[in-house]
Amino acid sequence: MILVFIEYREGKVKKSSLEVLAEAKRLADELGWEVVAAVIGSDLKEQTAALWGQGAKKIIQIKGDGLDQYSPEKYTHHLEELIQELRPEAVFMAASAMGRDLAPRLAGKLQVALASDCTKLKVLNGELVFIRPVYAGKALLTLKLKTKPQLATLRPNIFPLSEPQSGEGEVIERKIANPYSGPVAGVAEIIREEGAELDVTEAEVVVSGGRGMKGAENFNLLRELCAIIPRSAVGASRSAVDSGWIGHQHQVGQTGKTVCPNLYLAFGISGAIQHLAGMSGSKVIVAVNKDPEAPIFKVADLGVVGDLFQVIPPLKEELRKALSE
Amino acid sequence: MNILVLVKRVPDTESKIRVAPDNKGIVEEGLNFIISPYDEFAVEEALRLREAKGGKVTVISVGREEALLILRKCLAMGADEAVLVKDEKPETFDGLRTARAIASLIERKFPDFDLLLFGKQSFGADNAQVPAMVAALLGVPQVNVVVKLAIEGREGVAFREIEGALEKVVFSLPAVISAQKGLNEPRYETLKGIMAAKRKEIPIIPIEELGIRAEDLAPAVEILGLEPPPTKSAGRLVQLPPEEAAKEIVRFLREEAKVF
Repeated sequence: MILVFIEYREGKVKKSSLEVLAEAKRLADELGWEVVAAVIGSDLKEQTAALWGQGAKKIIQIKGDGLDQYSPEKYTHHLEELIQELRPEAVFMAASAMGRDLAPRLAGKLQVALASDCTKLKVLNGELVFIRPVYAGKALLTLKLKTKPQLATLRPNIFPLSEPQSGEGEVIERKIANPYSGPVAGVAEIIREEGAELDVTEAEVVVSGGRGMKGAENFNLLRELCAIIPRSAVGASRSAVDSGWIGHQHQVGQTGKTVCPNLYLAFGISGAIQHLAGMSGSKVIVAVNKDPEAPIFKVADLGVVGDLFQVIPPLKEELRKALSE
Repeated sequence: MNILVLVKRVPDTESKIRVAPDNKGIVEEGLNFIISPYDEFAVEEALRLREAKGGKVTVISVGREEALLILRKCLAMGADEAVLVKDEKPETFDGLRTARAIASLIERKFPDFDLLLFGKQSFGADNAQVPAMVAALLGVPQVNVVVKLAIEGREGVAFREIEGALEKVVFSLPAVISAQKGLNEPRYETLKGIMAAKRKEIPIIPIEELGIRAEDLAPAVEILGLEPPPTKSAGRLVQLPPEEAAKEIVRFLREEAKVF
């Protein structure tokens, strides 16, 4: 069995959790295993359909007081109990902010190894093999886990969803009998950044700016493009962030975030090796830069040599037209 | 406050990484090694907390003796003491082994710690595992990817980065915190600090002397191979007037790349 931890927040199942479920199902089919989904705290209600659609055979809802809000200590405790009972072969979750916090704590508690932030999984001679970028994407590591359950987090936006399957399974409610009594770090408040609903790691299109943006106010041009393009977010190079033009949470690259959107639009980004490490996995890359020698053009599918301040206004119009059709 | 900071020696982030001929590791020859960048934020935060609240900052590394160099750097920045857990066969990609070594060291030598600071991940392994694993092994709360931290008495408030937002997290000491860029601006070493650091003795504790069972020191992961990432070939480069360039981008996205 592969147990998949599902993130459910503000009435929605995270897309990255569904991607994990879809990949788990593909592997489970090859191995003759089944896939069980586990969700903590919330009632999934009509959202169960999405989970059945991606191949869950059973859904386990762990419920109890104080579990609505994420807590690494409590969530680890309840998942550990469930794992001791079900004895799954593998436990997967998304390498989201929550998954990257929860999975290593769970690994520590179970004293098992963890494959973090995997970008590919496969079955080799009947065993799971995990592939993940290391050295900020400058190398790919292939590994096996020698401990059980095999615990892994899967990078968002990499694994495709499956064609939804029909049918329903069993929903099992699990009331907690043994609440966590140790010290916890509790979330008191979530502070959202104004106008930034999507994180760069979750966006399907990243509109990114670098030193060529010349100033903080010009990032509004990129925000305007994002307003036109659905499911997009503003990204930035390290030099733009270090110049104080935009917050660090937008930084793409080695000391920032690694992104793999369907489209990466790079404006005024030269393409330092540290930046390329964070975005060269994007499915399509389009770059606009004045300098025909800019290294970003080495990874761009389409490179436009030109002044971004002249290209963006007509581009806005063209995109608006194209996307309204 | 009794603050412990865990630091790791890693290749300079600017360096070109070459895969070793055995496809199991990287070529270390010719590489410049540094303290992992996120760990520097952790050291700086520890020093600031000590300056504000008093106490002691101890920096700890697990690895080969070469790691003494980054421990000296931390002493030169202002840390009070340093300890090296000597591991001749550090398994870069096995977070569990490292976490066990750190947790055992702390239980034996620093059971009365207040705060355990890490970088949010090391450059290289990019695992982001060890802080939370150590927190679990020690049974203390954790806050990872922290961009702002305040401690008052035995209580702490940390802001941690999540998708498109910050989580304000409250916790009590002792606790594990991992640092994200933005937490602070690390200071440079002073000449006086460098001179003083040279004279300090750094105790070296072999990993075998931490009371960890032999089977727990065996690697928990099996490396099948390390390879360079697939290279992306360059596409088309065009130079057109702005309006035509804009049209070409949209045409390319719709007709060739089929993004829209």
